Order: sequence, then C-alpha cells, then structure tokens
Amino acid sequence: MIGSPYILGRNSTSAIMLKVMLALIPGIVAHAWLFGPGIWVSLFLCSAFAIVFEALLLLMRGLPLKPFLSDNSALLTAWLLALSLPTLAPWWLYAIGMLFAIVVAKQLYGGLGQNLFNPAMIGYAALIVSFPVNMTQWAAPVGLADHALTLLDAFDVVFAGQGSISADAYTSATVLDTWKTQARLGTPSESILSQPIFGWAGGQGHEIVALMYLAGGLLLLSLKLITWHIPLAFLAGLAATAGVLHLIDPTQHASPLLHLFSGGAMLGAFFIATDPVTAASTPRGKLIYAGMAGLLTAIIRAFGGYPDGVAFAVLLMNVCVPFIDTYTQPRVFGHHPGHSKGRKS
Amino acid sequence: MSSPEAATLPNSAPLSTPGSAPELAAPRAGFLSQESRDIIVKGLWTQNPGVVQLLGLCPLLAISNNVVNALSLGLATTLVMAMSSGSVALVRNFIPHEIRIPAFVLIIAVLVTMVELAMHAWVPALYIVLGVFLPLITTNCIVLARVEAFASKRSTSHSVLDATMMGLGLTAVLVVLGGVREAIGKGTLFSGIDLALGPVAKGWVIPLAHDYNGFLLAILPPGAFIGLGLLIALRNRLMMRDNG
Repeated sequence: MIGSPYILGRNSTSAIMLKVMLALIPGIVAHAWLFGPGIWVSLFLCSAFAIVFEALLLLMRGLPLKPFLSDNSALLTAWLLALSLPTLAPWWLYAIGMLFAIVVAKQLYGGLGQNLFNPAMIGYAALIVSFPVNMTQWAAPVGLADHALTLLDAFDVVFAGQGSISADAYTSATVLDTWKTQARLGTPSESILSQPIFGWAGGQGHEIVALMYLAGGLLLLSLKLITWHIPLAFLAGLAATAGVLHLIDPTQHASPLLHLFSGGAMLGAFFIATDPVTAASTPRGKLIYAGMAGLLTAIIRAFGGYPDGVAFAVLLMNVCVPFIDTYTQPRVFGHHPGHSKGRKS
Repeated sequence: MSSPEAATLPNSAPLSTPGSAPELAAPRAGFLSQESRDIIVKGLWTQNPGVVQLLGLCPLLAISNNVVNALSLGLATTLVMAMSSGSVALVRNFIPHEIRIPAFVLIIAVLVTMVELAMHAWVPALYIVLGVFLPLITTNCIVLARVEAFASKRSTSHSVLDATMMGLGLTAVLVVLGGVREAIGKGTLFSGIDLALGPVAKGWVIPLAHDYNGFLLAILPPGAFIGLGLLIALRNRLMMRDNG
C-alpha cells in the first residue's frame, strides 16, 4: 500500500539510534569532566557486553548477525544502562546488567520492536534488586573525592577491585539517598542541603550533567526524533507530585527542583521514557503514560525503599502501554467518536 | 541443528526416576501394560504438570527457592495426590455427579490435614519453613485436576499410578528450579537439609563457590518466573528437536 505524501523516510533504525547516542554525548562529556574518567570504563564495558550478548543470542536464534548488530540498538541500550549505573562498580555488575537488558528483556521477547519492557531499565531493576550496596556507591564529584582517579586507576578499580584505595575515597551516596535517610532521621532540611554533595539545584555535578541531558533532549526534539509529549508530561508529573508532597511536609519531601535535577529524571524523561518500542504511541496516550511515570517516580522516591524510582516507574507504565494505546486511539476523521476501536459505551 | 545426542536427550531429560525404567525397555514389556507405561510417560514428560500443563504453579513459584523446600513440598504434594486419586477412584461410583467437586475437595482436604499433622509431628522444622503452603495443597489445582480428569473415571490402580507420576513430574520440575535458584542465588545446594533429615545432615550442604555474595534476584519471586520460563523454553526446544 502506498500512501501520500510519497516522501521516502531518510531515518533508518541505525541512523536514529546513532542520533540519539549523539544527543547523549554532551551529558557523557560533562560526566567525565565532573566525575572523572570512570564513565569511559563503564560505557566501554557495557557496549562490549551488549555486542557479545546480542551476537550470541542472534546466533542461537539462527538470525544473521550483520543487519541486527549494525542497527545500533544494543549499543544505545548499553549507553543508557551505563549512564544509569554508578561508575567504578565491579565489572561483573555491568555484565549482569547487560545480560538482563539484552538477553532477558530484549532477545527473549523476540528482539528489537517486540520487547514489552525497556531493556536498559530491566537491567537497572535486576541490579538494584540484587546488589543494592554496589548500586549506591556513586563516584564523588572530582572536587569532593579524596582521591582523584586516572583512567588507568578506573580500569584497575573496575577489574581488580578496590585494592589499596578504599571505595570511600572516591564514592559518595547520591543526594536522593542522602535526603531520604537524613530526612527520615529528622535532620532539618537546611542542614541536609548544606552538605557538600548538594549543589544549587540537585547533586553537585549531577545538576550540570542533567542540564546536558536536557540539552541533548532538546536536540532530539528539534530533530523530530521524539515529540514533546513524553518529556514534558514526565517532568510535569514528577514536579507536580513532588511539589504537592513538598507543600504538605517540607521536612520530609525534597523540593521539586531537587527531584528534577537529581537521579535519573532528565535522562529518563528524554531518553528512556521516550523509547519508541515500549512507550505509548498515541498523543493522548503519551501524556497519560509519561505523566503517570513521573507521578510514580516521585511517589517511589518519597515512600519506596530504593533511592531512585525512574526505572520502576517506567517499567510499571510499560505494562500499561497496550491498555493505554487501545483506549486513546485518536478519532478517525469522518467517523463518530462512539464507533472508534476499543471504546465501549 | 541436530546433533548426535539429540535423539537421546528427550528420554533422559526428566530426572529419570527408578519407576520410569520400563518405558525405555519397550521390547520386553510384560511387567507393565501399555496403558501403565503411557500413564508414566505422560506424567513425567509429555503432560508434565510443571512445564506443560502449567498447573500447580503457586507452590512451584513460591517454594522453589532451594532444593530442600522444593523436594519436601513436591513429595508432600505427590503423597496427597496419590492418596486422593486412590480414594476418589474407590468411591467414584457412590458420589452423585452434581456435587462431585465439593466431595472431591472434602476428601483432598482431609488427606492434606493428615499429611500436615504428620509433618508437624515428625519434621517440625520443615513444617515451619513450608508454612502456609502445606495446607494450600488442598487448593492446588493439579490435585483436583487429576482427581476430576482421571481418578473419577478410571480404575483405582491406574489412578494411583497417574497421580504419583504427575506428582513426581511436578516434583522434578520443582527440584530443578529450586536447584538452579539456590545455586545462583546463594551459591549452595541442599541448604537447610538438616530441617528435613535432622542435625546429622548439617554437614551435607554443598557450597558451590567461596566468597559468593549471592544474587538476590534468583531467590526473590522474579527468579522463579524467569527460571520457570527458561525451563519451559528448554523443554519446548527439546520437543522441537525430537519432532524434527
């Protein structure tokens, strides 16, 4: 079937993936500049494991390697997971994360386009459930770490363990984690926020990285690779819920600004929740899906046991996507709304 | 796609039990009738409750976090199944058709209570570990399924054989799943065996790796779902090879 307007699409899957990866680069460079070279190691390891697992599963499924490996989708998943994980974690953490992302969440469901869940977030969820200790040791900002690591040091830490340098010398808890534990202990919010890991909006350093993700996301918007619905609804849902909670009890719930500029909020809003396979696809559906994901993120952060809620919120909403899409089909021109598919009077 | 050992795999895969030996030695039949052999193969492999019928999954998923729990609950279920199928087959002609299901459930509940009390008396530690899943055998759909689909229509001896083989088939899946989850999640095998066999068995736990920090996901419920999914996939794969 040929439909108007007869314009050939120039965006192949591999080109789209490459452009999304390009949009991540400002954030990655900022991360490397502010938190040391650990990010290069985790990006490299995740990419390598992603390609190995993808190739292995393609071979097992009897599919050709070249067309599927060159669509760059595994590589993008690897980057998104690497950016969601702490740097300087042991190498096997990245291996297990990629195993769940590529093998379980993607290939076992039938490969690209068939997966119900966002692969990178499945990898993250499997890791945070299984290895909570490793998942909360984040690299400290370069200025705050007692020990600045070189790229070789970073490789050494990842592969050989901590050795002579104690992990405390270069890691710290995240701001969300710190806020949660301190606020529950009853520490006044001024004294929590005056700790050195807090910056002007989110975590020191992390807020710059978040701004860079925001810039990359705006680039994606201007390239028309994503629409405004999901990022805006996600951030609005997160900020509104966090705002209401903050108004109710400012000693227990951090300000919406902190929520927007810490954890995986910006990365999630522009790069993770917008995954074309697992996100809702109708305009109204996108608003509901992402708004609910933002709301759930704030709720999990406020009341849940885990430090960040983006992954669980996105995964929970992934389950609802077929339902949301069915009930938000736009009215076909000339048809009565009551007759549209999936709607019952 | 086919390899030399492919032809032998399907027969040897379902944790061969002593009782299943005759089916391999088909030519010199005589010890067991063709019908009995069919029942054995169906229960253990072609109609396996765990990976084919997908019945009785509640205990399968909940209690298969280590080998000892899995084996204990599997055997308890098998015992209940054999007794209830045998009892129902005995009285099947006296039960009015319209109220057969409540009658079956009552019989099953009585037998479960007996097994529960017996385990409370002789293996109290294990009784506490299995907890609510022992009385829940009453509502396990595989027990009622065999009673309704088989024992209410067939002879007593065949009903007992069918229920035993279905129970052992489920137990085999439980044990494999429990073993995989325990090995990956805790790095041991047979932990807690002293609960079943007494303090003498305390040293029988097999550590598979030293300094293993554990992989919590395998012990938690997701591990059961993912593990069962992989087992079903493995079995389907073996069946596909078998059928070309």
